[in-house]
Amino acid sequence: MIIKTEKSIPANEITDPQVFHRRRQMIKAMFAGALLPSSACFNTALAGSDSRVWNDLPKGPFSTDTAAVTPKNLVENYTNYYEFSFNKEDSTELAQSLRTERWSVRIEGEVEKPGEYFLEDIIAKQTLKEYVYRFRCVEAWSMVVPWVGFPLVDLIKQAQPLSNAKFVKFTSVYQPDTMPKQRIKAMLDWPYVEGLRIDEATHPLTILAVGMYGEVLPKQNGAPLRLVVPWKYGFKSIKAIVKIEFLKRAPMTTWQAFAPNEYGFYANVNPSVPHPRWSQASERRLGSGLFAPRRQTELFNGYGEQVAAMYSDLDLRHFF
Amino acid sequence: MCIRNNNAWTVASIVCLLPLFWLLFDIAYGQLGGNPIQAIHMRLGDWALRFLWITLAITPIQTMTKWRGMADYRQMFGLYAFFYASLHVLGYLFVDHGGVWKLIAIDILESAYIWFGVVAYIIVLLLAITSPNTAKKRMGKNWKKLHRLIYYAAAASIVHYFWQLKGNLLQPLFYLTIIVFLLGFRVIVWMKNRRLSQLMIPKGKVISLEDSD
Repeated sequence: MIIKTEKSIPANEITDPQVFHRRRQMIKAMFAGALLPSSACFNTALAGSDSRVWNDLPKGPFSTDTAAVTPKNLVENYTNYYEFSFNKEDSTELAQSLRTERWSVRIEGEVEKPGEYFLEDIIAKQTLKEYVYRFRCVEAWSMVVPWVGFPLVDLIKQAQPLSNAKFVKFTSVYQPDTMPKQRIKAMLDWPYVEGLRIDEATHPLTILAVGMYGEVLPKQNGAPLRLVVPWKYGFKSIKAIVKIEFLKRAPMTTWQAFAPNEYGFYANVNPSVPHPRWSQASERRLGSGLFAPRRQTELFNGYGEQVAAMYSDLDLRHFF
Repeated sequence: MCIRNNNAWTVASIVCLLPLFWLLFDIAYGQLGGNPIQAIHMRLGDWALRFLWITLAITPIQTMTKWRGMADYRQMFGLYAFFYASLHVLGYLFVDHGGVWKLIAIDILESAYIWFGVVAYIIVLLLAITSPNTAKKRMGKNWKKLHRLIYYAAAASIVHYFWQLKGNLLQPLFYLTIIVFLLGFRVIVWMKNRRLSQLMIPKGKVISLEDSD
């Protein structure tokens, strides 16, 4: 006798056929392929699907407590992406026009292997992991984001920098036809430029992210490739990277050029060095509720144990 | 403050509360985005600034339209500027910083833009306290002197607005343009009056007085 149960599966719980047909690819990518998602899988994801691409990725070292993660919709709708808008909420929609297909990254300067590499080829050689990091903006708000990415040092090793490569310069995409503020040459010098000292760039905390919350990086959050340097203010974590250069001298970065007395090259999170116009002593954690108190900001955003040694001989007040 | 049985006045004073109801509605329905506390803060600050600007616009409008009897409205708008500025300050102290005085002290000391906000608020507070007609009568000539400080409050509040931004200055520039017009109008009127009064000095008589010595 067949006993019929009353419950039928509601439509919204039925797996999307696209995802269903991709399951083998995804499983293959995650287990058989030794945790390397195949570039085919990545391409399908880039084609505009918004479901999870990476499930249960291993956690990167130094990942913080997953329970503290900021709700996804807040992170996706609160971005400083000045190429699109000076309004954090507006860039969500505006950024959707960015063209990210067939993305390539130029590697130049003091390296053995300069050249232009397709992003999918770069990713195919990397082991993706989930990095749950605190993110502290220079505007005194913060969040916790589960990035999907790989250590920058792994890419640097493949590029084989020469011994006189002391700094790494990153350049964002210049796409004035999709980026309104580039088109009207508003405020900053475009394209956006950031930089790190070579020891900062090769530090295991520093990652290049291609996703977050198990999904491909949304365009407003820096797709298809962004830097994440969790112990520095958010503006160091440059979005939509098209060029990585190895240099003998420190590059002039965008915010530093705009206001050298307000934004330094280092931009390490430091509660005891206020911005010339506002305090950095405390921060508002997004998604913490209307009556949650502000948090005390921690030196190096709480990553002091990992990074403080790099700055032991540096006057942090002077090199802010 | 004098309460009047005037329909237009009553309607106007209720309309001035709409931004507050709008804000409460947005709070209740979670319409304030990823950083609601900052959104509340900016909304209240914006309305304080707008009411201050409206208050300063009354005299030029009165002069141009020759429509008297707007002084009551000027008082009301001024008090609403004080009302929204107070909510802005209370929100900063007790919502954003949870009334933790040590945190507040550090924040104010280290944030130059807040100093200008403090100056603007102290002035608006003084003006609100001395707003009732009884105070006006008791203070005599000093009342007008004190209430001229509103120009300093306007200047301080716009610096307060400019200095917290990273550089996207379109909105504060809009407010700055308006205040330049409003204050510029007063300067023109003042210069005109001065020239008129110079013309009206009866020079002949002065000479004749000297002669009679």
